[in-house]
Amino acid sequence: MADKDFTFLEEKIQGVKRVENAVQVPREKLIEVMGFLKEQGFDYLHDLTAIDWQKERFTMVYRVRSYTKPDEVTIKADVERDNPRVPSVVGIWKAANWMEREVYDMFGIVFEGHPNLKRILLEDDFEGYPLRKDFQP
Amino acid sequence: MALERYHRKNDESYLEKTLIVGTNVVLTTLEKLFNWGRGNSLWPLQFGLACCAIEMISSGQARFDLARFGYEVFRPSPRQADVMIVAGTITKKMQPAIRRIYDQMPEPKWVIAMGNCAIGGGPFADSYAVVPGADQFLPVDVYVPGCPPRPESLFYAMLKLKEKVMNPEKARAKDDGR
Amino acid sequence: MKTQELTINMGPQHPSTHGVFRLILNLDGEVATGSTSVPGYLHRGLEKLAEGRTYAQFIPYTDRLDYLSSMSNNLGYVQAVEKMLSIKVPERAEYLRVIFAELQRIANHLVAIGTFALDLGAWTAVVFAFNYREKIMDLFSMTCGGRLTYNYMRIGGVSHDIPWAFIPRLRYFLDYMEDSLAEFQRLVTGNEIFQARTKGIGIISSEKARDYGLSGPNLRASGVNYDVRKNRPYGIYERFDFKACVLENGDCFDRYMVRVMEIEESIKIIRQAVRDLPEGPVMAQVPRNIKPPVGEVYHSIENPKGELGFYLVSDGGPKPYRLHIRRPSFVNLAVLDEIVPGWLVADVVAILASLDIVLGEVDG
Repeated sequence: MADKDFTFLEEKIQGVKRVENAVQVPREKLIEVMGFLKEQGFDYLHDLTAIDWQKERFTMVYRVRSYTKPDEVTIKADVERDNPRVPSVVGIWKAANWMEREVYDMFGIVFEGHPNLKRILLEDDFEGYPLRKDFQP
Repeated sequence: MALERYHRKNDESYLEKTLIVGTNVVLTTLEKLFNWGRGNSLWPLQFGLACCAIEMISSGQARFDLARFGYEVFRPSPRQADVMIVAGTITKKMQPAIRRIYDQMPEPKWVIAMGNCAIGGGPFADSYAVVPGADQFLPVDVYVPGCPPRPESLFYAMLKLKEKVMNPEKARAKDDGR
Repeated sequence: MKTQELTINMGPQHPSTHGVFRLILNLDGEVATGSTSVPGYLHRGLEKLAEGRTYAQFIPYTDRLDYLSSMSNNLGYVQAVEKMLSIKVPERAEYLRVIFAELQRIANHLVAIGTFALDLGAWTAVVFAFNYREKIMDLFSMTCGGRLTYNYMRIGGVSHDIPWAFIPRLRYFLDYMEDSLAEFQRLVTGNEIFQARTKGIGIISSEKARDYGLSGPNLRASGVNYDVRKNRPYGIYERFDFKACVLENGDCFDRYMVRVMEIEESIKIIRQAVRDLPEGPVMAQVPRNIKPPVGEVYHSIENPKGELGFYLVSDGGPKPYRLHIRRPSFVNLAVLDEIVPGWLVADVVAILASLDIVLGEVDG
């Protein structure tokens, strides 16, 4: 199941490469990869989150599945820590709307093209991004 | 009530005396009458925040019946309630809303802090978004420990509150300086 | 006559919002023209707290996520950690886990259908539903001492074996539950007013359900046949014979009916598990200090509310480096703003109740 998905991705789009059991995608190719996956029948955006590696970068993790087929693809994209900006996938799956707002709330990653990027779980005037490793309450 | 005075003098119960004598007049003070009325018909405010709210709801249902004490009338509006049962974790986002609801309740009013989170933050005390306890900004009358406390614990707390309401000189609360 | 739209606040303290949830409604008369959901009033920062607790210390926190289905949350988390450590759970523990998870599903759905009827104004139904649920609470507290939060599933098995009185009481409960469900159906499902208030209300089409990433009974009521226990089985669910309950219309009545049907299916699963329950230990040999190898794992289960997932990233130490919880109520709630426009205020309450969210899991 895993091998079949990732090789077809690697063939179709330049720049993606397999890393453990996920696919590493450069940030510029993200929308292209996601659109391609949606066309192939991956209609279930299961999870969208981020990890803070303290060495100057975040990693966005997207978990994409299908309701009808048993396949699953995990996409990872690296974002630099200083000015984290990632294109939004709301146009592809509406489920990304609230998930991206949560990642913005917790990490401060700005999603370009999001229709309503405001804090969702914390107060609107909260200072700081709690899930960053250098957060001081 | 006058009942205690007679008990202290080692007399028979006042009621038996009145029945023997044949009167139906009771002498008391207005203060004691109102406290008796308030204590026996506290109207809780339906204010569940988290998991403790489910135990509060269970205590009002058929098995653990809060109605046998007279307290089953959970009011959704703070304007009509006497006692606010803070059941659940208090977050910093929710704190101004809770204070506002407390201010909206008419006097006399009491607060029961139900559950570990309302007492001192519970398991989330060191979180960045949690207020460690309801007594940071509200004057609490009764604390009910437990995570979540069983419905029987909540009953014991309501009865303790009733004792406090009916005998205010027994429990001097801190001044509401906050 | 000039009219104007009114913006009202169904504030964090409201009897019908199932917790501290704020819904800002734009009304034109009685009809809602738009809404803005403001969650976050119960955000306790569990993901950050996890970075300060060891793997075993975090199990009680999973209880308090979706506090109406604590056993399932426990199960998802310990299975994720076991996947990371490649621990094999003994057979008796696997069967016990299935029994408790399905009992929890029945308890959760009882609260869901009871409070759904309560929000429509039927004060009697919720008393019946909570009464049935008390028998399940007795079974749980007999085994592990807790009524709402259990900390029962542990890494490598379960914490206590069942007492001798459990199986006879469980058998009595299963028969009692079948009769009780029939009684509840006579009370509620066939009621004309209930049907008029829920049929055709709040329709979520199958495309919209898939686009918004719904899962659980909300999805299956819209016609999509996706049940994690069938599509991506975990534990020993392949050994049981049950069906995923799917209906087509996607309205409030169907979401309610799917939950009722799921109670019946859970009773079937529990009967099979009790019949096949083997003897043996209930806990595997697990190291005292759990330090998983560097890496990550993701595991998802079928919570009564939807698909609950745990994403653990380990750096080799005793505490997780990053824990992310994919919460079904959070994802399910996002569809509310989309389907509210056009319905009356009373229907908005019915739609919110039929989505069956728990604010502890929306994390505010």
